[in-house]
Amino acid sequence: MEDNNKNSRRKFLDKGLKLSLVTAIGGVGLSKLAAKLNAKTSISSGEKMELMTTDGTLIEVDSSEVMEVEHAKDHDKKYNVREGFPNRKFVMVIDLAKCKNALKCQSACNKHHYITGDNAWVKVYKMQEAEDTSPYWMPTTCQHCDHPACVTVCPVDATFKRKDGLVLIDNTRCIGCRFCMAACPYSTRVFNWSEPKLGETSEIAMEMDMQQDGHSASSPDHAGVPSVKGTVDKCDFCPHSIVKGELPHCVTACPNGVFYFGDKYEDTVTNGDETLRLSKLLEDKAGYRLMEDLGTAPSVYYLPPADRLVDFEKGLENFKEFESVEKPE
Amino acid sequence: MKVYNTLVKDLAPKKFGKFGIIWTCFLIVIIIVGIVAYIDQLIKGQEVTNMRDYALWGIYISNFVFFVATSFVGSVTVAILRLTNNSWRTPLVRIAEIISVAAIVMAGITIMIDMARPDRLLNLFIHARLQSPITWDVIIIPTYIVISLLLLYFPLLPDLAILKKYFKEKSPKLSKWYGKLSLNWIGSKTQKVLQEKSIKIIAIMIIPVGILLQTIDAWLFSTTYRIGWDSTNFAPYFISGAFVAGVGALITVIYVVRRVRKLEKYITDYHFDKLGKFLVLACLTYLYFNINEYVIPLFTAKKGELDHLEMLFTGSYAIIFWLVMIVGLILPIIVLLFKKGRKPLPMFFIGLAVVIGSWWKRYLIVTPTLLHPFLPIQGVPESWHHYFPSLHEWLITVATLAMALLIITILVRYLPVIPIQRTHDEQELLKTNKTTES
Repeated sequence: MEDNNKNSRRKFLDKGLKLSLVTAIGGVGLSKLAAKLNAKTSISSGEKMELMTTDGTLIEVDSSEVMEVEHAKDHDKKYNVREGFPNRKFVMVIDLAKCKNALKCQSACNKHHYITGDNAWVKVYKMQEAEDTSPYWMPTTCQHCDHPACVTVCPVDATFKRKDGLVLIDNTRCIGCRFCMAACPYSTRVFNWSEPKLGETSEIAMEMDMQQDGHSASSPDHAGVPSVKGTVDKCDFCPHSIVKGELPHCVTACPNGVFYFGDKYEDTVTNGDETLRLSKLLEDKAGYRLMEDLGTAPSVYYLPPADRLVDFEKGLENFKEFESVEKPE
Repeated sequence: MKVYNTLVKDLAPKKFGKFGIIWTCFLIVIIIVGIVAYIDQLIKGQEVTNMRDYALWGIYISNFVFFVATSFVGSVTVAILRLTNNSWRTPLVRIAEIISVAAIVMAGITIMIDMARPDRLLNLFIHARLQSPITWDVIIIPTYIVISLLLLYFPLLPDLAILKKYFKEKSPKLSKWYGKLSLNWIGSKTQKVLQEKSIKIIAIMIIPVGILLQTIDAWLFSTTYRIGWDSTNFAPYFISGAFVAGVGALITVIYVVRRVRKLEKYITDYHFDKLGKFLVLACLTYLYFNINEYVIPLFTAKKGELDHLEMLFTGSYAIIFWLVMIVGLILPIIVLLFKKGRKPLPMFFIGLAVVIGSWWKRYLIVTPTLLHPFLPIQGVPESWHHYFPSLHEWLITVATLAMALLIITILVRYLPVIPIQRTHDEQELLKTNKTTES
């Protein structure tokens, strides 16, 4: 059988037909399609041709019915900034039990997104629900909601929801009405109140980043590169890293493995050290989402701060009530 | 005929006196200062305001809401009083229409001042998304501007023809303009029928559009999750608030115009008495919705909501809150319930208190809510925890108020503030009625 297959393939190549033709479209479908498109020349030439379908079956077609089809090179892999990565659904899991407010996530995010304002996109909140309950550290990113309130209220479609789950901002379109900021219950959005001013070194680094990313103006795929005066910014889940097969900056920067990033369809998340099954992790550790009752359906899951390795107080060293972006001297 | 002549002489526009010139110059100076401040804001960005990521809206928005509310006076006094056949409205409607036009035009301008990227204004049309309440505003505000203008213009036609004749020798240039604007009005039967019909259509149209305008304004807030905004009570609350702001503004402007133009003969104590009763009705309705908004939630308030209410009742906004409530709402109700309180002078002060109260009321609706996000405010400079407008914001906002007053002033200067033809017709009607009765 194998020999037979090889032979037929060689025979096929001999006839001068492109291999791509066969792999692209199944023989039966092709012949039918070709017959339809070539209705005029449907007179049988009498010459038969052997073709192989995608499932390996050999078939015989009249050679007059075979025609070349232009092959789509980016066949359903084409990347559209407003559609996102096809067949992906990005999620994050934040394990509160591991967070001790090291703030490396924040500084890495600030650095890689060239944050210039006074309000970081990644925050680590000092939380305490009630007097008798234990305090804990809670990192937040944009929740990339499946029912994003911000997207609903945007009058110009500047902030949008992609099929891969990301909520991004086109800051070349944003009119600066700040309605999305009012709508977001997680206070995740940040406004460029003035012309963003970078230090000289950061400026050069950003230029290099932009060259690497291959865009000359700001792109929703790499928020903050550069930020634009009078527009809204926020955490973008780092699609510019994802495309390189890397994890978001906060995930890789965290020394305690707090952040897990992954794909809901693949049901896996990873913090760089360990890769876990998402559904099992959420089940075992009683995962939850922030403000579930609002119906925003976030893409970020939290694991409760149980069985902590480090005391909450340890994190207080780094805690700054009034600062989240370090200013260069 | 003699009566008619004095009528025209009394009601025809007059040149500014000394006070008028000073007043206009004063307004222009304020506006210029505001424009300079705005240009500075355009250059430096909204950094010049005291708004930041938490208090992301400030007095630009509350001032916008105030203008929208005030513009409601056109729908209420003109249209509703017309449909309910309240003939005491005649000497008041023109001023109400003028206020309405000035307020809604300024509302449109004010909302653009808040936009950080006014250079991208066209995106609102190019990339418009219908589910955004801002797009609803983009649709309803121009619509209301057009209807308000028509409601001012159509009833003006006969008066413009009268003024054309009146100014023929005094000021030919002015007469020419009135003539052009009067669209060849000669008062023929067909013209009258057509005009009557048009006004009727516009007067009916402006009611749903006006109510929609206020409603959309309320939805701008209640379509968010924010504590203090996420309220099903908001639309009627805003409509009744607009009723108060509009009638308050009407009383204040009418008092001033009556004094300056010496119209005591036409706008009498009787009219003020009626307006006073009208305002009480408005205030009582508004009080009812305020109770729904602030008192009833106390019983089931969640933690965040309770924090919000405490901030208003006893916290950092308590002084403004109680001043607005007592001086701007409860006191007017009490004073206006007495006949003596409905005399022109006390009414003027009540109107003023109501208007100022209405302005600050919008401030209280917009700002405190934003300082109560769901997650605590952390990691931002201390100053971001509070909000009080910056100098730029004050200068620009005061300039928008001055601009509204300037529009009113100019329209009062060039248009008959009391409909001449209509007053004449009503007087004639009264006379014939009297003669037939006796």
